[in-house]
Amino acid sequence: MKTLLPYMKKYWIYAVLSPILMILEVLADIIIPYLMSRIVDIGIVNHDIDFIVRTGIIMIISALLAMAFGIMSAHAGARAGYGFAAEIREDVFKKVQSFSFANLDTFTVSSLITRLTNDCNTLGQVTMMSLRMAIRAPFLMLFGLIMAFKINSSLARVFMITIPLTVFSMIAILKKARPLFRSMQTRIDKVNAVIQENLIGIRVVKSFNRQDYEEKKFKRRNDSLRDVALNAISTIIFLMPMLNLIIYSTIIAVLWFGGQQVRIGTMGNGELISFITYITQIMMSLMMISMFFMQLLRGIASGGRILEVLGTESEIKEIENPVKNLNNGSIAFNHVSFKYPGSREYTLKDINFHVESGEMLGIIGSTGSSKSTLVQLIPRLYDVTEGAVIVGGKDVKEYDIKVLRDQVAFVLQKNTLFSGTLRDNMKWGNENATDEEIIKALKQAQAWEFVSKYEDGLDHWVEQGGNNFSGGQKQRLCIARALIKSPKIIILDDSTSAVDMTTDAKIQKTFKEELKDVTKIVIAQRISSIKNADRIIVMHEGQIESIGDHETLINISPIYREIYESQEKGVVGE
Amino acid sequence: MSDKQKQKNLRPKDVKGTLIRLFSYFRFNKSLFFTGILLVFVSSFAQIEANAMLSPIIDALVVYDDMNRFIKYLMVMVILVIVISVGQYLGSLFMAKLAQNTVHKIREDMFSHMEKLPISFFDSHAHGDLMSTFTNDVDMLGQSLEQSISQFIIAVVSVVGTFIMMLILSPILTVVVVAMLFVMFLSVRYVGKRSAMYFRNQQAALADMNGYIEEMMSGQKVVKVFNYEERAIESFNRKNEEMRKASTKASTYGVMLMPIMGNLSYVKYALVSMFGAFLVMKSRITVGNIASFLQYTRTISRPITQFSNQLNTLFAALAGAERIFNVLDEEVEEYEGDVRLVRDEKNGDYWKVPKENGEYDKVPLKGYITFENVNFGYVENQKVLKNINLYAKPGQKIALVGSTGAGKTTITNLINRFYEIDEGVILYDGIDIRRINKLDLRSTMSMVLQDVHLFEGTVADNIRYGRLDATDEEVEEAAKLANAHYFIKNLPNGYNTFLTADGGNLSQGERQLLSIARAAVANPTILILDEATSSVDTRTEKLIAEGMDKLMEGRTTFVIAHRLSTVRDSNAIMVLEHGEIIERGDHDDLMRQKGRYYDLNTGKIELE
Repeated sequence: MKTLLPYMKKYWIYAVLSPILMILEVLADIIIPYLMSRIVDIGIVNHDIDFIVRTGIIMIISALLAMAFGIMSAHAGARAGYGFAAEIREDVFKKVQSFSFANLDTFTVSSLITRLTNDCNTLGQVTMMSLRMAIRAPFLMLFGLIMAFKINSSLARVFMITIPLTVFSMIAILKKARPLFRSMQTRIDKVNAVIQENLIGIRVVKSFNRQDYEEKKFKRRNDSLRDVALNAISTIIFLMPMLNLIIYSTIIAVLWFGGQQVRIGTMGNGELISFITYITQIMMSLMMISMFFMQLLRGIASGGRILEVLGTESEIKEIENPVKNLNNGSIAFNHVSFKYPGSREYTLKDINFHVESGEMLGIIGSTGSSKSTLVQLIPRLYDVTEGAVIVGGKDVKEYDIKVLRDQVAFVLQKNTLFSGTLRDNMKWGNENATDEEIIKALKQAQAWEFVSKYEDGLDHWVEQGGNNFSGGQKQRLCIARALIKSPKIIILDDSTSAVDMTTDAKIQKTFKEELKDVTKIVIAQRISSIKNADRIIVMHEGQIESIGDHETLINISPIYREIYESQEKGVVGE
Repeated sequence: MSDKQKQKNLRPKDVKGTLIRLFSYFRFNKSLFFTGILLVFVSSFAQIEANAMLSPIIDALVVYDDMNRFIKYLMVMVILVIVISVGQYLGSLFMAKLAQNTVHKIREDMFSHMEKLPISFFDSHAHGDLMSTFTNDVDMLGQSLEQSISQFIIAVVSVVGTFIMMLILSPILTVVVVAMLFVMFLSVRYVGKRSAMYFRNQQAALADMNGYIEEMMSGQKVVKVFNYEERAIESFNRKNEEMRKASTKASTYGVMLMPIMGNLSYVKYALVSMFGAFLVMKSRITVGNIASFLQYTRTISRPITQFSNQLNTLFAALAGAERIFNVLDEEVEEYEGDVRLVRDEKNGDYWKVPKENGEYDKVPLKGYITFENVNFGYVENQKVLKNINLYAKPGQKIALVGSTGAGKTTITNLINRFYEIDEGVILYDGIDIRRINKLDLRSTMSMVLQDVHLFEGTVADNIRYGRLDATDEEVEEAAKLANAHYFIKNLPNGYNTFLTADGGNLSQGERQLLSIARAAVANPTILILDEATSSVDTRTEKLIAEGMDKLMEGRTTFVIAHRLSTVRDSNAIMVLEHGEIIERGDHDDLMRQKGRYYDLNTGKIELE
């Protein structure tokens, strides 16, 4: 946890001020019951109006001062707490930007989202609470105890029983409640899971008429949640009444013993009254302290999750003085083998091939033959385990990563667009792209035919995830986005599966004619998409089964031949 | 969503109406509700009495010097304390139970209502928003219910009761207290208004930032590929800063209320001490009275402070409740249809078609589908399908091809009445499908969609989804048909392997095979395949195709696909363009015509 302290640097003044102001507020407040006792014991007894008025005014000023301190402390605490959270959040986001694909695989998207949102928020709130409660409550309690002892030390000994009793019972209750609340959280997750499934898969539910089945499933989980929730809450509910009981019992005890003393005159009435006020104050502070500890635990858990992210380093490292320029788009794989970090099996084994600049390379093979993995090594989205990937005559590890990725355009299998205008999305490829350049790329990707139909043209809004476009449209937009980079190498990972054959053919034609100098790598399911490639690699279980052009492969590759025949001659065998 | 819209989401539009509706949910727990309220009432009342007891207890000592009196009053206090403790505990418990039961019922109602809503609802509402209503809004409501009702009652009882006690004790001091209360009220209003405004700002900034985080995290790989990191950090920092400023302000005002109210209360305390002292000296009240009065000043302001702290969250909870009720008010899908399906294993299933004279016609279930002049649009004046005519016989395979958005998927949405047609008629075995009960209609159809959705559960559970009473043998048979059996056997627990959400632990191709097995086990009369094998490589597709042929025997099948191999051997191919059928025929017919179908496959032919 201490490692997170530096994030407070920018706001350290507020972090220090807040508790100090809080202490001042507390001091101003503590005095008041004491002053009141003096009014009763001295002012009334001596019929001294002047004294009463003076003391009363001091009390009022004290209260107003305390208010001012309290407000300033609240503000300082908020600035410190939320500032702290903002600094951490910024760094975590930055860190994730530096993550490699492998890091992203380890953490999963949803856990990263939770860490950036919930966990950072929790930290901010806990910090704010700590700055206030962690100082205020103990101080109030301490000063209250001091005052109580000052007024009547023998009576104050009742606290030696009350306080341990309270602490003990609170710990017992909280200890019992914690696992119950954890169990409740699990149940909540389960209920939400069913809701999520039904929201996404409602078509399946309705077409199979599974409404009743799903409702029964939901009822089971909902019932379970209610039962566990009640259990958990019943435990916690003990707290307040129990605390109240202890407070009142203490008051009664004090009244009994204190009453005796007042009778025989060893204690003033006013003293007795203010003593009672302090009892409430002390006990309430005690409760605040325990509440604070609960929050602290949550904060520590969140802090831990954040530190996990901050402590992760990407394994893709740049060398000193990296090369800042790609000479050409030639690619070579020399005895490349690869396995995912933490995996025991090799996904790619001894891959060897080369592609000249400007050529088109097709990659084909059955599902799971690691085609995507292979091409992801080119822009160093993953690093090889053995061997080397050579681009433009140099090992990819020698290049400046930014330059490398600028020159190697990659269209992923999952086509993600972002909320914003079409223009914004296209500019991901090049911040400074002009509208003409954007339109040119759209035309090359055969996307202009539908974009030109929009009234707002390039200003057309893209919903989150690009959901307002069909599958084929999304693919073409993603291709256009990649083309804007004016790359030396373009990689299409199954990027035309949702596009019909005519459009696919047009895209290929454009690539061949207009992108002569760009090395094109195409992973596809359809032979027609790669038939005209200069070279085709047939992948099988992580290895290259054959390399050659279309005609050659039909003769030498049984896998290629099989795919070809199944596509050409139809499904039912001749 | 614009910022203004996001802010509006936090203000309940009709507080009274929403509250009334919420309260109507309490009728399911009448005894809990009334007992709980009674207990809270009694315990807060007892609390006031207990504070009032301080006065006579101290006076018994100081003024009367009477031990018996002292002990008597002390005993009363002891009893009161017991009543308070038990009352508080039980009262809170009952209220918590009430809240949990109510939330439980609301959740149940929401879910079963959702299951009955038409597909058009799901297509037109962002799934993230719905999820948020189901989870966040319901949770917030539950928490609010638990605390707010009790606190409200406590506040009311404390304030009213304390006020009466104070009045009885000393009208003059009461005036002092009331004056201060008025000042406190003004402060609460001032701070409260600002606090509410900044709270809404904060929630809007939070939603904005969280939305950005979600998008960026989901698309992080794209960010890497486009070197977008710097730009992402820049955008994020801007939103982060907005969030920080809004939160700081909101929190300051939110937290500020405590020191303000607390210390104004101390001012009250001071004034009461002063004036009280004067009154004692004039023998108008006793010293004991001061003690009580001082406790009263605390008991009258604390509940008000606590309740006003809650107001922001209470309002947000009410806004959430409104969203919940909006969902509950959505119209459900009617399953109407007087024609019912009768399952008859011996003689064959048939449709029971009621006639005007009260008798029934028995129409055998075969699978003839006819579209006559069908027109349809999701939105008015925007027709997606125009004048569709087609005819399918049992056992035929009808392929629908065409460019994206031409209307192919829409046709399948109409066959099973996910949407209703605008004009024309669709006949199923000669019966207008609008007459057929929707549940029965759908029970004769199986769909395999492009987007596969699996559910948490074992592999067998998921396949059985097609027909809940399928035996293990039938499940295995269906899996073999879909060529899923082999990969299932290779899973850690075979058919009992547990699938995580949406089958995340399987590959795309495997998920699709399961989805096909699921459709197979349902033994449908009509089979609809929408790009069912797009994620599967052509080798595996070929393996499935053999099984699919067996599956399709005797069934009417509608296939939507891009791949020539999938479409080629259909009995009839319909080519759709802009919602109209422009060509129809079998593969050879259409190739001879050299029309659109020919073009769509030109890519392949040109390269030959």
